[in-house]
Amino acid sequence: MEQALQYLSWVLIASGSVVVVVGALGLIRMPDVFTRMHAAGMIDTMGATLLLAGMALTAGLSLVTLKLLVLWLLFIFTSPVAGHALARAALYAGVRPHLNDDNHIERVPAKYGLFSQPEKEQ
Amino acid sequence: MRAVSLGIALFAFWLLLSGHYTLFLTGLGFASSIACVLVAKRMNLIDVEGHPIQLLPGAMTYVPWLVWEIAKSTFAVMVIVLRGPSAISPNLIKVKASQKSQVGINVYGNSITLTPGTITVDVEDDEFTVHALTQSTASDLAEGSMDRRVVRMENGL
Repeated sequence: MEQALQYLSWVLIASGSVVVVVGALGLIRMPDVFTRMHAAGMIDTMGATLLLAGMALTAGLSLVTLKLLVLWLLFIFTSPVAGHALARAALYAGVRPHLNDDNHIERVPAKYGLFSQPEKEQ
Repeated sequence: MRAVSLGIALFAFWLLLSGHYTLFLTGLGFASSIACVLVAKRMNLIDVEGHPIQLLPGAMTYVPWLVWEIAKSTFAVMVIVLRGPSAISPNLIKVKASQKSQVGINVYGNSITLTPGTITVDVEDDEFTVHALTQSTASDLAEGSMDRRVVRMENGL
């Protein structure tokens, strides 16, 4: 039983690490602010969840596990706030998202376009 | 009622983080919890938004569901990242939130941002502007199962 929990914890920590690495890769690979944020977003949601769950299994039923739970709640409550603030700030500062269709400039509401001209597609 | 629950939560948090359990130190922790509650009460912070315990029964089923949704969309986004920038089809869409309270709308907006593949970039009353990584994440969101789920949680199911 103990052994099984240990293995499960390894699996969780390993898959959490994979999520973090792929998230970091996405941060480099994606073309603009918003798409990069999607990749970064999964690091502090699923990456953190898997890593903390793995650590909690290793720690067993103790004060440490409760602290990890509180840490997880902290991630879950703060990361969307930070993500939303960043995306909103980028949009209002005039960053044009790359959108997949040709009329994408019209689809971005005019109120965001006060500060700069739309970027040219690369 | 809300104040008592805030006090208990604060004291539990103190106990969790301090690691000191002598009578004197625990008493100080208890006193500071009470002081925090009094200050919060004086600032009118303890209401349905400041300390939303009314959502607790609903959150019991909502949070596991949300974690499962996050797991599924994390996997989808990982596949997209590994396939590279050619796999993305970014979208800006408008989504209507049908929750009644500000807290419900807040939970819905944050849940959208938490789910990889969709970010709430702007909120106007009950309408979100959402940036979606692909066409399919956009249409999943527009289909509205998360919206209904948050409404159910708001009603305490």
